[in-house]
Amino acid sequence: MTIETPSPGAATSSGTSPTATTPRTTVAGLVCRACGRAEQAGLSYVCPACFGPLEVAYDLRAVRDTVNPKALAMRPAGVWRYQELLPVEAPVRGLPVGGTPLIDAARLGPALGVDGLLVKDDTRNPTLSFKDRAVAIATAKALDLRLDALACASTGNLAGATAAAAAAVGLPAYVFVPADLEPAKIEHALAYGATVVPIDGTYDDVNRLCLEVADELGWGTVNVNLRPYYAEGSKTLAYEIAEGLGWRLPDVVVAPIASGAMITRIARAFEELVELGWVAAHDVRFVGGQAAGCAPVARAFAEGTDTIAPVRTPDTIVRSLAIGNPADGAYALELARRSGGSIEAIDDAATADAIRAAARLEGVYTETAGGVTLGAVSAARRRGVIRAGDEVVALLTGNGLKTPDAVRHGLTDRVATARMPGLAPILPARFSAFEGWLSA
Amino acid sequence: MSQVRIPPVLRPSAGGQKLLDIPGATVGQVLDALVERYPDLGARLLDDGGDINRFVNVFVNETDVRHLQVRETPVGDRDTLLLLPAMAGG
Repeated sequence: MTIETPSPGAATSSGTSPTATTPRTTVAGLVCRACGRAEQAGLSYVCPACFGPLEVAYDLRAVRDTVNPKALAMRPAGVWRYQELLPVEAPVRGLPVGGTPLIDAARLGPALGVDGLLVKDDTRNPTLSFKDRAVAIATAKALDLRLDALACASTGNLAGATAAAAAAVGLPAYVFVPADLEPAKIEHALAYGATVVPIDGTYDDVNRLCLEVADELGWGTVNVNLRPYYAEGSKTLAYEIAEGLGWRLPDVVVAPIASGAMITRIARAFEELVELGWVAAHDVRFVGGQAAGCAPVARAFAEGTDTIAPVRTPDTIVRSLAIGNPADGAYALELARRSGGSIEAIDDAATADAIRAAARLEGVYTETAGGVTLGAVSAARRRGVIRAGDEVVALLTGNGLKTPDAVRHGLTDRVATARMPGLAPILPARFSAFEGWLSA
Repeated sequence: MSQVRIPPVLRPSAGGQKLLDIPGATVGQVLDALVERYPDLGARLLDDGGDINRFVNVFVNETDVRHLQVRETPVGDRDTLLLLPAMAGG
């Protein structure tokens, strides 16, 4: 079964809703998550008083007065469907993002020990990852602020998303990546006309450089000085999940953790939906997945500490989650503990197994972060965080075509036989040859 | 004297300076001296116990001090301290 909102692809060339010109009255401004200080909604990302992260605050009464789920149902699918809960107007141009299906994983779920598993298949976005959601919002804000260029620090998925979004609106893009990133991800960003800047170092080195670049050059760096707006894009995952379930919340959400921003924004989005009265209050457990080779948040969870010790040199095939010093790690840790969830560390072998299982059993090909997420489903079930009968939503946030080597991780070369799926030997173009091989 | 690079968000609290020469043999001493010279920086850089604010990353010659000896990290005349918001997202 597929629970699907209408396709965003055919909406308009911009992917925007027809009511995008409605004046925005629902954004109250920015507020520091640490000290609560209010700031104007400009190109600010850090609290000038305490250095804490800024996030967007909404006037939920104004949202409630403007729109409701029944009215939403009339709009095209995609992130701008929820425009009153987003910090900026939909731009005239842009990629059609979001509106991805929530799939009943009736074959994969039991294999992971969870009968009630749904997967949010966010591999289907324009550049094949959920990063398109965050970048759509950040790009709209960059246009709103009349910035000259887009930039990002990327572990890979964000590179393609930023490059494509910039191309769609005619802005130059500067994409900073670790030099040893998977070649497919670098080629992907280059294809959109971006300037790709490989950095000799880890993602955290790249991020440090981008913080300086953003501050000194004033570019719109989507995950630095546009971060308050960028982070809001992840919330559209939560809105789509709730709507896909008929405006209610699941028992458990399982998501990958890199910076920790996505899982915390999903939790915040659920809270806002409850405050709006669009869904009934329901305790959702949040489970995060990290690669064992770069698991600072999972380690803190396991050790029962609040201190997240950064990982200096990640060692994993899961490049998209290889952030050694996650900015929102403490918030993700607190969320998992407060909600009765967990943070799981998944080794590369289990990640590759999960990628293969999702492809074989559901026809969904996910990249390594999705493998970690599915590994976390199993681990949380074994731990008892996921219980029998739970409705569990797992977020598959990127497409397997981005990490083509990962699906073969741990496998030895094997020639297929008629009874064993795999790569068959090269055969002559004669039916008799194929028939002979098939019956061998 | 170590050189301390001040990010734009902190420059209003540091006399508008981008680069400062600050004395101290360790990271902690340099930060304390910086705060003594510009008291407005105190609440931003240090927590109530005098440790580095969790929202601030301090780098010595591009290495995060949490990978070194944090406040006790030795610094010399040729070293540069970089102060940045703790912000990362892939």
